[in-house]
Amino acid sequence: MSAVAASARRIQAIPHFQRVATALAIVAAALLPFFYKSGAPFVDDATIALAYVGMALGLNLIVGFAGLLDLGYVAFFAIGAFTMGWLGSGFFSDAGEGGNGIHFFVADRLADVPGIHMNFLVVIVFAIVFTTIAGMLIGLPTLRLRGDYIAIVTLAFGEIIGRIAINGDELKLGKFPLIGGPLENVVGEGSTLTRGRQGITPVDKIDLPGVEQFVSLNLRPWYFTALAIVIIALFVNFRLRDSRLGRAWIAVREDEVAAASMGVPLVKTKLLAYGTGAAFGGLSGAFLASYLNTVNADQFQFSFSIFVLGMIILGGLGSIWGVVLGAIALSFINNNLIPDVLNTWPSKIGLDFDLTQLSFGIFGFLLVIMMVLRPEGLLPERRRQLELGEGIGTGATTGVGGAEDLYEARG
Amino acid sequence: MLRPSLEAATAAETPAPSAGAVLKDLAQRYGLIAMLLVMPVAFGIHDLGTDGDLSRLGNNLVAGLSNGAIWALVALGYTLVYGIIELINFAHGDVFMIGSFVAAGFWATLGLTTQTGTAGIFFGLLVTLVVAMLACGVLNVMIERVAYRPLRNAPKLAPLITAVGFSFILQNVGLLWLGGSPEGVANLVQQQKTVFEVGGVVVSRGDALAVLVTIPLVLAATTFISRSRLGKAMRATAQDPEAARLMGINVDTTISATFLIGGILAGAAGLIFALYQTTIWYFQGFQAGLIAFTAAVMGGIGNLRGAVLGGLIIGFIQQISDNRIGGQWTPAIVFAYLVLIMTLRPQGLLGEETREAG
Repeated sequence: MSAVAASARRIQAIPHFQRVATALAIVAAALLPFFYKSGAPFVDDATIALAYVGMALGLNLIVGFAGLLDLGYVAFFAIGAFTMGWLGSGFFSDAGEGGNGIHFFVADRLADVPGIHMNFLVVIVFAIVFTTIAGMLIGLPTLRLRGDYIAIVTLAFGEIIGRIAINGDELKLGKFPLIGGPLENVVGEGSTLTRGRQGITPVDKIDLPGVEQFVSLNLRPWYFTALAIVIIALFVNFRLRDSRLGRAWIAVREDEVAAASMGVPLVKTKLLAYGTGAAFGGLSGAFLASYLNTVNADQFQFSFSIFVLGMIILGGLGSIWGVVLGAIALSFINNNLIPDVLNTWPSKIGLDFDLTQLSFGIFGFLLVIMMVLRPEGLLPERRRQLELGEGIGTGATTGVGGAEDLYEARG
Repeated sequence: MLRPSLEAATAAETPAPSAGAVLKDLAQRYGLIAMLLVMPVAFGIHDLGTDGDLSRLGNNLVAGLSNGAIWALVALGYTLVYGIIELINFAHGDVFMIGSFVAAGFWATLGLTTQTGTAGIFFGLLVTLVVAMLACGVLNVMIERVAYRPLRNAPKLAPLITAVGFSFILQNVGLLWLGGSPEGVANLVQQQKTVFEVGGVVVSRGDALAVLVTIPLVLAATTFISRSRLGKAMRATAQDPEAARLMGINVDTTISATFLIGGILAGAAGLIFALYQTTIWYFQGFQAGLIAFTAAVMGGIGNLRGAVLGGLIIGFIQQISDNRIGGQWTPAIVFAYLVLIMTLRPQGLLGEETREAG
């Protein structure tokens, strides 16, 4: 586990105790799958949970640190997953010379399969580039806006991307202005942007240099890949939080006007938050596409954005360990508690309905309860806890209107 | 209702030959209006070229206005609530959905079918309208009491998240109520029947109903807010809650009343929607909510006339898109307009610059 040791060594900005705790947590997570069979359902759930942790940590940069409420995070998941679908499957079946496909550092097994097949490491570079650009583009119109207007614009973008994913089978790549022609030369004539509701499947399994090709029966390599994503996300979260940029994010979150007048470049700071946060959505998205073996256009819905946001809120906005805990908890509730445990209840009391259908109602209920009873989350960030305490105090004296200017930037 | 304002916009769009600063100001002022005119004008020219007249666009306009009337009613609820507590009431669209469900359920309980006589349908629907309005009004007040009032002094993110939470809860209530797929309801008013036809433009019963129910409701709501004592209290609270409280206004009651009115309008919209579309399902509220919110923002959030205007315009755009581009793209197009509004003119067509959007 030299990677663990190396990353632990580099996390110097956090206090000693935390450093030890981080290392212990990572070691424990790395040992966990060895207690189960290599194909056990637990490892499957844990892998998905880890991919969600990666996304939640990415969203945490945007919402938790920079205070920009993003309700369209699913857009980045979608773009990451489609990058995997485009560059690592037989989707573009006429790509390459004479329809032989385009292959780039992939195993021999895939060498003459039609379609574009690139090594996973190449795909994630593309996914990160695409989502970073998308994140910044989504950020641009929100620069002049504050508070819940940002939420709405990001939501709109998320929905637009979702619609494009579902209806993309009508969009011929060749018809795109400017890039259409050259693009069609590469991917083959008559190619469409997505396969619509049918989804892109199968997707190439991850193929890493020096490691055997991943298979769906042995889940451990998948688990470790997801864990690696989480470690990178954790590292970026910790390092950025204590960096100049992280302080700028927090300053913008606390009071945008004050931050700007102290010389924080608002545009750059906000766009970097969107870009970095988005990249993790893309990374996890590409991983999930390969792991789940499908890019299913119907999964890119608003409710997924709220699912990820719920993880952050449950754990505590801006609190890195809180977000990890929240993501694992919500993922567990979604994958185990609701389908396996709670779903037996309705029949016990003589009702006949499928509780899994209602999982988002349950999440909605959780969100309301959390916000009313413990708005700072399970493991609150210390700074935010102080704010909330102080906020209630001053709020009572200045009332709704007076205190608003103070709060809205934190939104 | 839409025509005069659109014509005014066309007239104003002609660029005034003056200094660069004025031109820039004009672009900011009328850029959004120009963007809104792109689709109607483009398809109008297309129609003139292919059909030789504008009847197809006219039919889009009629259907758009009646759809828009529904969005206007929902948008009023958004704009009222936003005006008074600066919260995007995410659950509002789902309150509207519950309105449709209550209406359809209640008229079925009354025993109204397509065979019922005209008088029976008329009075039955009148009672249903009142029931749906009251149900949604009370539901909205209860949501405010449970999910927003405890968070009055919390950071702004908190009530927004509880609003999203309640939206999910209501959706699941709808899911349990009628199941996961769209359900057909009795076509009580025979909404597709023609009332009259002018130059190839057909006005159906559904269109007439939507407009005839909406106009008095909108007038009543706006009059109530501008004339009545409680309406004055609302406007005072919207302007400065603390000062309003010091002047002896019960801020909590006033906010509850705002939610009540918003819910009542959403209930009415729910009934019209059920009669007009003759299918209802649990997910209709989510999309309706976003469309209506776009309408409210387009008109200038917090501005009542703006919400109505925005609703009608969005209805028209939606109808053009449904009819010409394909309904599956309509949400994307509406949201693209939402982003455009936010970029070009965040204060909306009729709104003033606000702290949030300025």
